[in-house]
Amino acid sequence: MKKPIYLDYSATTPVDPRVAKTMCSYLTMDEGLFGNAASRSHQYGWDAEEAIEGARKNVADLIGANPKEIVWTSGATESDNLAIKGVAQFYAKKGKHIITSKTEHKAVLDTCRHLERDGFEVTYLDPEENGLIDLGKLEAAMRDDTILVSIMHVNNEIGVIQDVKAIGELCRSRKILFHTDAAQSAGKVPIDVEEMKIDLLSLSAHKIYGPKGMGALYVRRKPRVRLEAQMHGGGHERGMRSGTLATHQIVGMGEAFRLAKEEMATENERVRMLRDRLLEGVKDIEEVYVNGDMDQRVPHNLNISFNFVEGESLMMALSELAVSSGSACTSASLEPSYVLRALGRSDELAHSSIRFSIGRFTTEADIDRAVELLHQKISKLRALSPLWDMYKEGIDLSSVQWSAH
Amino acid sequence: MVYADHNATTALDERVLEEMLPWLKGHYGNPSSVHSLGREARSALDRAREQVAQLVGTHPSQVVFTSGGTEANNSALKGVAHRLPQGRIAISAIEHASVSAPAAALHRFGWTCDAIGVDERGVCTVEAFEQVVQDDTRLVSLMWANNETGSVQPVAEMAARCRELGILFHTDAVQAAGKMVVDFDASGAHLMSLSAHKLYGPKGVGALILDKALDMEPLLHGGGQEKGRRGGTENLPAIVGFGRAAELAHIELVARRRHLLHLRGRFEELLARDLPQAVIFAGLAERLPNTVFLAVPGIEGQTLIISLDQQGIAVSSGSACGSEHTEPSGVLKAMGVDNDLALGAIRISLGKDNTEADIDILAGSLVSQVKQLQRLAASTAW
Repeated sequence: MKKPIYLDYSATTPVDPRVAKTMCSYLTMDEGLFGNAASRSHQYGWDAEEAIEGARKNVADLIGANPKEIVWTSGATESDNLAIKGVAQFYAKKGKHIITSKTEHKAVLDTCRHLERDGFEVTYLDPEENGLIDLGKLEAAMRDDTILVSIMHVNNEIGVIQDVKAIGELCRSRKILFHTDAAQSAGKVPIDVEEMKIDLLSLSAHKIYGPKGMGALYVRRKPRVRLEAQMHGGGHERGMRSGTLATHQIVGMGEAFRLAKEEMATENERVRMLRDRLLEGVKDIEEVYVNGDMDQRVPHNLNISFNFVEGESLMMALSELAVSSGSACTSASLEPSYVLRALGRSDELAHSSIRFSIGRFTTEADIDRAVELLHQKISKLRALSPLWDMYKEGIDLSSVQWSAH
Repeated sequence: MVYADHNATTALDERVLEEMLPWLKGHYGNPSSVHSLGREARSALDRAREQVAQLVGTHPSQVVFTSGGTEANNSALKGVAHRLPQGRIAISAIEHASVSAPAAALHRFGWTCDAIGVDERGVCTVEAFEQVVQDDTRLVSLMWANNETGSVQPVAEMAARCRELGILFHTDAVQAAGKMVVDFDASGAHLMSLSAHKLYGPKGVGALILDKALDMEPLLHGGGQEKGRRGGTENLPAIVGFGRAAELAHIELVARRRHLLHLRGRFEELLARDLPQAVIFAGLAERLPNTVFLAVPGIEGQTLIISLDQQGIAVSSGSACGSEHTEPSGVLKAMGVDNDLALGAIRISLGKDNTEADIDILAGSLVSQVKQLQRLAASTAW
């Protein structure tokens, strides 16, 4: 079977071959680099530790951090859980109020819901229509007992970039800790935790050509941020996260981050050109809406609603393309995207949206084929749609009284 | 080089690597995505789940993949406790830190942790448990086999007693799986933890096996993967590797066991012949086939380990997680071993790829290093 054209880089990315090569040398007996980094009684353990510390530096370098501020985790979901629950449990005596937004990833939202059941209070901010958080509204939500603000850097569905620097400054001035989920921004947008005054930052490897099952949490040391560990055990990672370190995955993440730092500028340009080509190619289709701000947006994301076309049918018609109707984590459900709903999009438009995410291995030919398919399939689906006919006849659909059966 | 620290970690089996490689390179879908790359990932995930289930005698629906043994242990204890009324948790005195630390951390949520003592063989008996259990004991954790001594624990018996008392029972089978028959359904346990890298699979993946009727709060929230029991994108290459490693362990269990028992028998014979004063801890208990935890009176363990490392022999002083500390092993302390002797402890843990020649080198070096250290001690004492 011919593989579909992959345009779902925000769900996951293939491991870069250079990363895979590095990982493979830390697995088997032949290379002798399979040791447990916690083993302090032989060379195998020391070699593993050395490799891990090198990777820690690569990850820290991409975000302007000190390697000592990087805590390895099993992925961004764990990083988000550790940051939010860890802070909430440690600072509970100081206050029990947390601020986040309605468009966060489920790893943040579900964690906050869990904390609400445990007696915390959470404010879920509504974003503006372009997907961005209004600073005035954020400030208005801050209280004396607010201990944490968690706002993602780049949204996974619509790709908009929040002004984390301004949010960081606001939080710092109010002595509130600031966490940001940077799973979708690392390697795509420059990050400097000092300049942006970020206290905690979640990272994922598999969104930037590293392995799945690997992530990190940046935890600021000055001023010091304290956390209650969520995985207790051997006391690895200075007690913040126990568990045997997966050397091959860590060196994979390190290599992916090193490559990202080196290649980000040139890659972003190329990807932006492809994204603009895609947008240009579909602009002449009627009733097409881009979701999310086009300026404050990562270059690789395009989220479009094709009015009068049902998203799931469109995805099935587009089986030659691997795209998604939103976040991979919620794609098993047929609910319209909660992110688009939070932007004020109608259910219909939210249902008709497709997320295209472009990446390192996307070619111009891929984009051209996608544009061609979109034109074909959309006109075919609309030809079958009674709503489309009504719209073409000039009927205002919002005024129609649907009879219930 | 002779690697004899397999209880700390094992090298990945080449056959496992082969299975993992396509999932790192060509097949990179997210199992939660609905497109064909995602569906392909989903079916690989299901297959791995079957392979792991088969190794431990349970249904695939009872397997939840985690980032490793530590996460499995934390999920089991904290997840179950979170849905129970506050009470007491009882764990054996020889548990791995990834059980004892979360059990202690439950204190934050109003729980009390009790330790169940072990006898001089290093075994935690039901009788000892009866000394500790109280009306509000709601959760018990006893490892299947100990990581340092290799002593096998009476898991089925303890599980049966817990079931009689209406107490939930968890067992950490990280060291046992792949080295002996581990049958979850037959054991009567409610929860069990596994790790891939102790059985020639990759690091960074493990599993929590659980009675699927059990109510549990996930440790990682978000995304709803693993039927809501564990959020986070599945680490597919590692999971596929774990599946294959489990399959191989299942197929080769008897042969591996026979090989390890043969090697260990040879080692212990050489030890008895050339260093008769050496003490094997938990020597009277049923042990994992690959583990020898020993000390030579008067010889400091750390010194011996460093001199063995210089000979290209990798062993340890006990748990890798505790290897930064110079305190004697907590396991030996719980067994009532004298402090001086405990400071002499070294753990030899053999693996399926060790050979008779390795054993001869290992025993030979051990004997010569001990004799050299004894001579040194005698000359400085004089």
